[in-house]
Amino acid sequence: MSIATALLANAGTTFIQTLVKALALGSVYILIALGFVIIFKGTQVLNFAAGAISMAGAIFLAIMVGDGGLPFLPFDNPLAPSLDDPDLVLWLINLVIVLFIAALFGLVIERIAIRPMVGQPLFAMAVITLGIEVAIRPFNLDATAIQARTLNVPWGADAWELWGAQIPKSYVAAMIIATIAGAVVILFYRSRLGVAMRAVAFDQEAAMAQGINVGRVFAIAWGLGAALAALGAIVYGMAPFPPGGQVSQEIHPILALRVLPVIVLGGLDSASGAVYGGLIIASAEVFAGEYLSQWNSTLGSGYSTIVPYVVMLIVLLVKPYGLFGTAEVRRV
Amino acid sequence: MLEVANLEVVYNEVILALRGLSIEVPDGQIVALLGSNGAGKTSTARAITGLLDVHEGKTTKGTVTWNGKQLPIHDPAAIVRTGISQVMEGRRIFAELSVDENLITGAFTNRSREKHNYDRVMELFPRLGERRTQTAGLLSGGEQQMLAIGRALMAEPELLILDEPSLGLAPKLVEQVRDVIVEINQQGTSVLLIEQNAMMALSIANYGYIMETGKVVMDGDGAKLRDDDDVKEFYLGLHGDEGEKKSFKNIKHYKRRKRWAS
Repeated sequence: MSIATALLANAGTTFIQTLVKALALGSVYILIALGFVIIFKGTQVLNFAAGAISMAGAIFLAIMVGDGGLPFLPFDNPLAPSLDDPDLVLWLINLVIVLFIAALFGLVIERIAIRPMVGQPLFAMAVITLGIEVAIRPFNLDATAIQARTLNVPWGADAWELWGAQIPKSYVAAMIIATIAGAVVILFYRSRLGVAMRAVAFDQEAAMAQGINVGRVFAIAWGLGAALAALGAIVYGMAPFPPGGQVSQEIHPILALRVLPVIVLGGLDSASGAVYGGLIIASAEVFAGEYLSQWNSTLGSGYSTIVPYVVMLIVLLVKPYGLFGTAEVRRV
Repeated sequence: MLEVANLEVVYNEVILALRGLSIEVPDGQIVALLGSNGAGKTSTARAITGLLDVHEGKTTKGTVTWNGKQLPIHDPAAIVRTGISQVMEGRRIFAELSVDENLITGAFTNRSREKHNYDRVMELFPRLGERRTQTAGLLSGGEQQMLAIGRALMAEPELLILDEPSLGLAPKLVEQVRDVIVEINQQGTSVLLIEQNAMMALSIANYGYIMETGKVVMDGDGAKLRDDDDVKEFYLGLHGDEGEKKSFKNIKHYKRRKRWAS
């Protein structure tokens, strides 16, 4: 009897841990997916540079709080938290500064590479973002290769204990950050600028004719999108996530790629779709990884990484616009 | 007053759409710009409102002046701020947005008076008030045209350019649109009415221009154009006193052109 109870309790602990892990991974997916969505909504371009931009954002933070200054330049970050015992408030201030830098990075990219393409075929713009990805990648890889870039997260890999289950603080932080970001994006959509963004997405020329500054809408979309993508990569750099508190040369560059099923599932232009899509895909991935592991010999190791794509395929067969995508409005 | 002088517009560096077009829109008047397909009516509207860039078009000669100043032809938003709004051909409403949101997009250049302009649009088009929260793409054709006009009015323009507002509307709705245009004009807005429906346009216009292949071939007071035999024959479909139907087969094309130009 007592053995059964223990087993049951153990099962409960496993479930809670798996659930928290799924929600945390979902939060990362949501952040990066929102970055994709907001750029797609504003400019109708699927931003293939999201991977490089998000990783660059994480490297910015590593430079600020890990190195404590710009490399090769006589600039020391006066707000850098100490490496041994990082201060939470200082770290958060740095995080906010880095998000602004990431947004600025997005603005610069938009100004140099995207703005001249206003009114040009969307496919050309999408391919340009691919070019941006390739152009930023060397910076990312070299910057991580010079030395291990730690994100110096104040709470490290600490965890709370809840009914015997280990709840890492990073996972909770991920959920909080994703909730805030999601709320901000949804509020933004309802705002005036959000309406302008949707109008530009629907018909650029007609929006211009109304006096909407299309260039400004593009800039805002890219700034916000880049900041969100960076936030996603930074959260993924917190301890119990696979890169282990660092910017990883192996894992970070392909992070955005793993979000592709999320945005396709949620609908490319839907913020709430990104939220549900992120949760569904992450849950499928984490729960399959945990509970199907006994059939590892049949499924093959690493099967959990293809689960998102299977889910995506099934959903697309039923709903081609994604779960929450805007179906075309047309009077017949 | 809007003055277009000797305007020449070229698309893709080769296609000459306007060749030396000159028109004037005096304050407070309705001016009609008529012509058949491909005459360059829409190109004129684009040249005035700065939308040529999107279509790979360029103004190669001539000037567009508004109240004595050159218009910033590469900045459509700035042009709207100077007081020129356009209702584009084919309505071009934002189908996925609600009626209210569509109206908001028109108010970006004139935020301070948004409330006042919104009330004005609602007064002008009570139908839109009933459908405020509906998705704009689901409105009927006439309502969509009203929405497009209302959206342009949200910027409180001094000059409203209407590009074929009667396109695809039933005769009864065309009459409604016409009445609305007259009312807007009476409230103090100049109107440049670009139309294929000459009957409708000339019935309200103070002055009219007729275009063919990129330039004005005939102009005059609305009443004078309405009574002109050639206009009657080629645009209004009336055929003089005898009342019998004339076959277009017997009219040589070059003869038509010669007569316009003379």
